[in-house]
Amino acid sequence: MTAREQWIAYVTIVLKEIARFMRIWQQTLIPPAISTLLYFVIFGNLIGQRIGQMDGFDYMDFLVPGLILMAVINASYQNVVGSFFGAKWGKSIEELLVSPTPNSIILLAYITGGVARGMLVGLIVTGISLLFTDLNVFNLGILTAVMILTAVLFSLGGFVNAIFAKTFDDVSMIPTFVLLPLTYLGGVFYSIHLLSDFWQQVSKANPILYMVNAFRYGFLGISDVSLSLSFGMIGLFIISFFALSLYLLTYSRGLRA
Amino acid sequence: MEFALKTTQLTKTYRNGVTALKGVDLAVPTGDFYALLGPNGAGKSTVISVLGSLVIKTGGRVEVFGVDIDTDFPQAKSFLGVVPQEFNFNIFETPLQIVRNQAGYYGIDRRTALARTEKYLTLLGLWDKRDEQAGQLSGGMKRRLMIARALVHEPRLLILDEPTAGVDIEIRRSMWDFLRQINRAGTTIILTTHYLEEAEHLCRNIGIIDSGSLVENTSMRALLRQLHLETYVLDLEDSLKRVPSGLDGSARLIDPTTLEIDIKKEECLNHFYELLSANDIRVRSMRNKANRLEELFINRVGQPPLEDK
Repeated sequence: MTAREQWIAYVTIVLKEIARFMRIWQQTLIPPAISTLLYFVIFGNLIGQRIGQMDGFDYMDFLVPGLILMAVINASYQNVVGSFFGAKWGKSIEELLVSPTPNSIILLAYITGGVARGMLVGLIVTGISLLFTDLNVFNLGILTAVMILTAVLFSLGGFVNAIFAKTFDDVSMIPTFVLLPLTYLGGVFYSIHLLSDFWQQVSKANPILYMVNAFRYGFLGISDVSLSLSFGMIGLFIISFFALSLYLLTYSRGLRA
Repeated sequence: MEFALKTTQLTKTYRNGVTALKGVDLAVPTGDFYALLGPNGAGKSTVISVLGSLVIKTGGRVEVFGVDIDTDFPQAKSFLGVVPQEFNFNIFETPLQIVRNQAGYYGIDRRTALARTEKYLTLLGLWDKRDEQAGQLSGGMKRRLMIARALVHEPRLLILDEPTAGVDIEIRRSMWDFLRQINRAGTTIILTTHYLEEAEHLCRNIGIIDSGSLVENTSMRALLRQLHLETYVLDLEDSLKRVPSGLDGSARLIDPTTLEIDIKKEECLNHFYELLSANDIRVRSMRNKANRLEELFINRVGQPPLEDK
């Protein structure tokens, strides 16, 4: 395939992915909006007023970046795992596998689809947060970069999950038992400075902590961990997951016998 | 001679230890209409899946129009259109989306993709259904949708795995006409089918796979020449109660007015006419029973035809 043909294939898959999550917007866009709204009302408004300040900021202001990123993480992950596993389960993935589209293009297109949904959900949640607080942006570049890179990483995570999954239970297991605990313990709701030294060190093994803190830095200019370390960790995870995904797409027995 | 498909010692052993292909040597000339037959589990679909990269071969060599799949699989795949046995499209998408997207996967720009989508959906009688959910289409329409999808990038080699399974006879015949038409236009076709009559009607050459090995690879004509018996079906003017004397052993009464007679290749038909006249049996019409390939198939693979067990 020429570069132009690869580009056409890439755009085709991306448009198909976007059309898919837009077609079922009641399942893909509304639920994160509602759950985030509830988080803002309960944790931000009701409980947050009693908490007061966190790291020198109103609790609501502290909470907003973490909640936005949590929505981005879930949306990008769910998009790729749902779409790719659905295609695998219904065998429509064979349409792509028999075509000359290179595996790297297939992977990039699915990631783009995940990022598109993640960013759209992120924007919706950001819009909702404006009902509760005035958002200050400390560094738009860092904020945008972290949001996109996080969506890329969790799209890749969803892709790996989809390749290994054999049933729909396998698809929901990772978000429930891995993603949710890591997100909740990743500094979305609190600063790790509230924890003892031991648990601070344990928390630093959680990759989501670095993303949440880098994202929070984009809004508030504060972070529990070094910014360069955060970007380094995100980059490392992306490279590792991309290589793994590409390998699985080429050789996995879950796709090719 | 240029070959559309050439496999050399193609082998596949699955992880569970089952060897599906045991060194298959297949050569399909360019422009051919080739039947690949075999009982269930013989390895036909494995050959097709290797070509579509859905199964990774264990050994051997595969060339599509001279392009080795180990050297340049994307190039080889661009020559291929595959219609699988099972429906494998997104049932929530419309025929228009399915076919247009497939064109995109082959790098065809959107304008051309739309024109081709209209062309092939129209040719296959699906243009009126273009905006319906694919899952709502009838079985025959779904089969035709898969053919339209496989043709949208105008492949040089079309592989059809049971394309008319579950399709009524009228639509099957129209699909035969369509396939003949695209074959005449230059597309090489490889067909696997459970309907041996279909293979006999459409294909010029034939390969029979049994237990992972190619047990026959010849022209349809040469294969059919090997038949020792021809079976004729006679429609009788008057009812019969039993097979007339002199025809015992070679004739069967199917119903009171239908008689089937087996005649050896070297025998002359006159002898039978005389016997029928002597018994005052008047024949309204006579036809050749189309089971010739079936007999050969049973001879080769040693089991009844390809119906699902």
